[in-house]
Amino acid sequence: MTASLATAGPSIYWYLTRSTGAVALLLLTIAVALGVLDVKRFSTPRWPRFVVDSLHRNVSLLAMVFLVLHILTSVLDSFAPISLLDAFVPFVGSYRPFWLGLGAVAFDLLLAVMITSLLRQRMGYASWRAIHWLTYASWPIALLHGFGTGSDVKQTWFLALSIGCLVIVLAAVLARVISGWPEHLGLRSAALGGAGAFSVFLLLWLPGGPLGSEWARRSGTPTSLLAHSTTTTTSSQSSQR
Amino acid sequence: MTGSPSLMAEPPTLGQLDAAPALPRLLAGIPAHGAMGLRAHLELHGELPSITDRRSRRRRRRAESPLIGWIEQAGLRGRGGAGFPSATKLRAVASGRRRAVVVINAAEGEPASLKDRTLCRALPHLVLDGGELAAQAVGAEEVIVCLCESALASIESVATAIEERARAGATRTRVRLQTVPNHYVAGQESALVNHLNGGPAMPTFTPPMPFEQGVGRRPTLVNNAETLAHIALIARHGPEWFCQLGTDSQPGSALITLSGPVAHPGVYEIEHGASLSSLIDAAGGSSARAAGALLGGYAGSWIGAELLVDIVLSDEHLAPYGATLGAGVVLLLSEEACPVAETARVARWLAGQSTGQCGPCINGLGALAQTVAEIAGGVAAAEATQRVARLAALVQRRGACGHPDGAVNFIISSLQTFSEEFSDHARNGPCDACARAAELPLPAQSSTISRVRGRAYTR
Amino acid sequence: MRHKLRVNPIACEAHGMCAELLPERIALDQWGYPVIDGEPLEPSLMEHARRAAEACPTFALLLERERTRR
Repeated sequence: MTASLATAGPSIYWYLTRSTGAVALLLLTIAVALGVLDVKRFSTPRWPRFVVDSLHRNVSLLAMVFLVLHILTSVLDSFAPISLLDAFVPFVGSYRPFWLGLGAVAFDLLLAVMITSLLRQRMGYASWRAIHWLTYASWPIALLHGFGTGSDVKQTWFLALSIGCLVIVLAAVLARVISGWPEHLGLRSAALGGAGAFSVFLLLWLPGGPLGSEWARRSGTPTSLLAHSTTTTTSSQSSQR
Repeated sequence: MTGSPSLMAEPPTLGQLDAAPALPRLLAGIPAHGAMGLRAHLELHGELPSITDRRSRRRRRRAESPLIGWIEQAGLRGRGGAGFPSATKLRAVASGRRRAVVVINAAEGEPASLKDRTLCRALPHLVLDGGELAAQAVGAEEVIVCLCESALASIESVATAIEERARAGATRTRVRLQTVPNHYVAGQESALVNHLNGGPAMPTFTPPMPFEQGVGRRPTLVNNAETLAHIALIARHGPEWFCQLGTDSQPGSALITLSGPVAHPGVYEIEHGASLSSLIDAAGGSSARAAGALLGGYAGSWIGAELLVDIVLSDEHLAPYGATLGAGVVLLLSEEACPVAETARVARWLAGQSTGQCGPCINGLGALAQTVAEIAGGVAAAEATQRVARLAALVQRRGACGHPDGAVNFIISSLQTFSEEFSDHARNGPCDACARAAELPLPAQSSTISRVRGRAYTR
Repeated sequence: MRHKLRVNPIACEAHGMCAELLPERIALDQWGYPVIDGEPLEPSLMEHARRAAEACPTFALLLERERTRR
C-alpha cells in the first residue's frame, strides 16, 4: 500500500516538514547570533539592550514553534515511519535511527533550555546559565541531523543555507570566545577547538557522506522505502528518501 | 563570693552583692599571657547561673527568657560596631520557628581593634559563658566561635577552654571553633554566616537577615565576643549592677583598643563617659602630641587636635562631632605623621578590601583612593575635592554591606579634619613627613579575597 | 499599597536594560551601574517597572511592596 501511495506523489506534510526544518535551523542560527550579541552587551541608539535581549528571547521561541511544527509534520507524513516518541527518545526509530535520533537529542536539549528560561525566576542564576550553554551543543547536533536525514541535502538551496548558517554560528562562537580572553582559558580553548574540529569533520565527511552515493541506504532508510531511490539526481520530485 | 544560686528568676538586688561596681569588670584578673583557666574563672566570677523562669515550665507555650529582660534593663548594645540593642536581637532570634544557632563573632577584621582576640586569648571562659547564656535565652543548642585564622594564640586558648568545659560537664550546648579568613569584611554578619554555610566569607544580599535565616537557614544570633562577655556578667550581677557605671544613655563599661603615641598602647576597659585624657593617662600618658584621633576604626571619623582635650568617650557626647565609638577603637595620630599620606594609604587598603561583588563599591572606592592619592602627590586636577564629594555621594548605600559607606565616612572625615594639610599637598605635593614610616596600622598581609566580579561596564 | 524598586547590588552586572525601560526612575552611573530613585512608584509606572524587573538578566532589579514599620 505504501508503495502505491508513494507513487501518487509526496504529501503536503513532506514539504512542510522539510521547510519548517530549514526555517527552524535558520531561526536557531539567528537566535545563537543574537544570544552572543546579547551577552556581549551589544547596543546602538536604535537597538538598545532590551531590544537585543527581547529579540533573542522571541526568535528562540519562534524557532521552537517551527521545531514543533517540523516534528508534527514529520510524524503526520505517512511515508516515513516516524512516531511522536522518536522526537523525544533518540535512536529508537526505524527510519534512519541515528540521524533522526540526533534531532531528538537536539530537541531535548532545547526543551531543557526553553523550560529553564521560562522558569528562570524560580532557579538560581548560575544553574540557569549552565543549562543555557547547552544551546552551543544543540546547534551542531541539529545541523548534523539536517545533513543526515534531510532529503534536500544535495539541493543547492539547502547546502547554501546550511553552510551559511554554519558560518554565522562559527563567527558568533569566535566572537564569544574572544571577548574576555584570556579568562577561563581552558574553557575558551576547548570551545575553539570544538568548533574547529566540527568544521573540519564536516569538510571531510560531507562529500563521502550525505553528498555521496546511496546515502539514503547507508543512513538507515528502511529497505521497503528504498524501492524508488536509484539515482543520485537532485530532482525535487524524486522519492529519494 | 560563695556560689550564686543555680536557678535564678529574679536578678540579684544590689544588697546581695559584695562585688564592687568599679572597674575592671570584664578585664578583672586578666593574665598577661595565656588564658585564665576554668577553675580560676569560676572562683572569680562564680558559677554560671541558669536563667529560667520556674513558672514557664508549667506553661505549654515557651515564654521569653528572663535574661532577655535583664539585658534590656541593662541597656546593653552590641559591641561589634553597629551598637544594635542586644535584647531586641535576642528577642528576634528567639521568636524564630526553627531552632536557633549562636555565633560568637570574634573575627575582628578591623586592623586597629584587638579587644575581641584579647578577650578570647586571655578570658575565653567569660566569652564562652556569654555564648552559653545566649544559647539558653534563644533556645539554641549550638554555639560557634569565629576567630580570625591569624589569631593563633586566641584560637589555642578558645580550643583549650572548649575542651576544659566539655570535660567538666560545664556546658549544655555543642560548642565549636571556626576560623575565618583574615580580611576586613569577613567579620560582617552576613559574610560570617555565608562562610559558616560553606560559602566565601563575603556579605550576602539581605533580607533575609541572619536573625531570620542564617547558619543552615536557621535563626542565627551573631553577637560580638565582648557583648557576650558583658552578658556573662549581667547574668551574675544583674542589670542594676551593670548600670552603676557609664552614662544614662550608654550604661556599663566597654573595651577600647588604644593605639598611637602613648606609653602603653593596648586594650583598656573604660566606663562610658570617661574622658579621653583619663584613658591616655591610664595608658601611661602621651609620648608625642596628637594631631587628631580616629574614633571607631577605618569606618569612623576623626576628631581634630584642638578638640581632643574635651573629648568624652560616649556616643552621646561624640555625636555632635560626627563620631561614634564603634567597636571601641581609638587611634591617635602623632603630629609628626602626615595625615594626608596616612589617609591615602588607608583609602588604598580599604579599596583593596572590597570583595568586588558590587560595582559601585569596587569602582567607587578605587576611584576615591586614586583621587586621594593624587591629592597627596600634588598631581590632582583642580576639582579633585569636588570629585571626592561626587564619588562619595555616588557610592553611599549602593553596596550590599556597609563597607563602602564606612570607607567614604573615613575619607570625607579626613578631608574635613585635615583640610589645611590636604590643600597644602594639592598645591605643593608630598611633604617631608610623607616618607615617614606609617603610623595607622594595617595588616602586613591579608588572606586573598577571591574576587567575584565588579568590572566597570562603561557606556 | 505602593511598590518600590530596589537593586540587589551583588547580582547586578550592569547590563543597563532597567535604565532603558524605566528612565523615569533609573539612571546609570559612570560605571554602568543603576542609581535608583527609591520613592514609591505611581500606578502609571507600574507596568514599565514590572517589565524592567522582568528584563533584568540576573534578576537584580526587585519590585517590592512598601514595607510598613511594625
